Amino acid sequence: MREITFSLNHNGIFSLIGENGAGKTTLVRILSTQLMPTSGSASIDGLDVVTQASQIRENIAAVPQEARAVPWMTPLQTITSYLMYRGYTHSDSRAIARDTLRKLGMERIEEQKNRNLSGGQKRKVLVATILSSEAELIFLDEPSTGLDYLSRKELWSMFTSMKKERSIVLTTHYLEEAEELADTIGMLFQGKLAAFGTMHDLRKLMKYPYSIKVSAPDFELNNIAGKVIHLPDGLTQIFTFETEVFDIVNSLIPKKINFTVQEVSLNTIFENIVYGGKNND
Amino acid sequence: MIRHRGSQIYASILVNSLYAMVNYPIMLINTLLAPLSILAVVTFASHGTLLPVAAEGALIMNMVTSGTAMQGDLSHLKNDMRLQDMVVSSPTGPGSYVVGMALSQIVYSVPTISLLIIFNILFVHLSVVGAFVLFLDMAAIFTFAVSLGFFLSTISTDIIQTWAFSGILAPILTTIPPVYYPISYIPLPYRYLAYISPTTYAAQIAQSQAGFTVLTLTQTFEYWIILIAITVVFGYIALKRSRWRDV
Repeated sequence: MREITFSLNHNGIFSLIGENGAGKTTLVRILSTQLMPTSGSASIDGLDVVTQASQIRENIAAVPQEARAVPWMTPLQTITSYLMYRGYTHSDSRAIARDTLRKLGMERIEEQKNRNLSGGQKRKVLVATILSSEAELIFLDEPSTGLDYLSRKELWSMFTSMKKERSIVLTTHYLEEAEELADTIGMLFQGKLAAFGTMHDLRKLMKYPYSIKVSAPDFELNNIAGKVIHLPDGLTQIFTFETEVFDIVNSLIPKKINFTVQEVSLNTIFENIVYGGKNND
Repeated sequence: MIRHRGSQIYASILVNSLYAMVNYPIMLINTLLAPLSILAVVTFASHGTLLPVAAEGALIMNMVTSGTAMQGDLSHLKNDMRLQDMVVSSPTGPGSYVVGMALSQIVYSVPTISLLIIFNILFVHLSVVGAFVLFLDMAAIFTFAVSLGFFLSTISTDIIQTWAFSGILAPILTTIPPVYYPISYIPLPYRYLAYISPTTYAAQIAQSQAGFTVLTLTQTFEYWIILIAITVVFGYIALKRSRWRDV
């Protein structure tokens, strides 16, 4: 990784996106004090990740990529033991674990072996594990990878409930997940921070911040600034300025052509930044 | 909040032994079998004459295998479960984690140790001082094995590599050296090779306490010095060279 500089405020979700090998996991592992950086510096609440790691660890929790709930343990045992690693007594840990599982509607599975749970339930156990702790900064490295849509939505609601009182660093391959959940997004490309900011900030990086999808295969712009792409499914996608949206929509309504208007998605922004503006330049 | 170091240590005992014992009781039979099978073979092969030596040796072996078995457990929890990474990003330090994991191995082998202690009471007849020396001897060799196990677990990248380490360590440290039999059974040119293994010193000290072998005062002193020195060196390596945090 190189040339990565950013700072974050307390609370909310910061999502790191990027291709495989872009450096997301490396960055998260350095920040969560699991990996020693070879050079450079990083600090959390003014504490250096190299020299003051033990102080940082008082306040962080992490679910690493490919972390698995120990199969021979139950969710209750998983959470209890993790809280004990954080220094809680056994009785307190067990009480908090039960309470967390109850709050998350997972009390039915608390005594089942982790190996008997579904993939989504296993991930929920891991997220519940760190959710039960007092940590204010939480690192989640691709927690939803490989899960079906409903399981991901369940995790999303857990993340949303967490972000009110904590800061979450979330890496993901699902751009819609980052767009849906993140307050701030960092886009890594080839080890560099290619873009950073809120969705609003990222849209400002685009030449055309609005997208209109039109149900007409041969639609063309007439004297309106923008770019037209004829999609294979018969739709036409128009990228344009906010000021032009009104004119385009006004031209579509009399012709009774169906359309949708939205700000450009993170997918489009990502493609533009990472792949050099194929669709929106 | 007040963090309890005892809880952090107890967490490892729960994860690595108590929960596993409760959920997989068959593991208890597994830990019993290794020392008892060699004990049986040596006893039968010697027509019972080496039973006392082997019973004492089985205690030494149990401590070594408990320590080196920690390598496999740690490696599994680190590489397959990623549990160690979760612990690294928590207030638990490597000291508490390793002490907890080491104690978990002792807890795991409590049934084995109990059975072997009964064997030793019945067949070895140690004095109180001798029993105390044997206890210190076992503690030293266990500390060595734990240090070695922790060091190897932190540098192993997957469970296959860990199995390879275990496969090498078990015969070198416990089966081949004169742990279950007197060192005098090894022909002289090869006897010196036995002194490569720290378990030879531990076994010699234990056997001399029971009167199975005779050590001069100087030899006893030397063996203790060597055993402690090896333990300290490996303990130091484990503390300083192990990778708690990846590089």
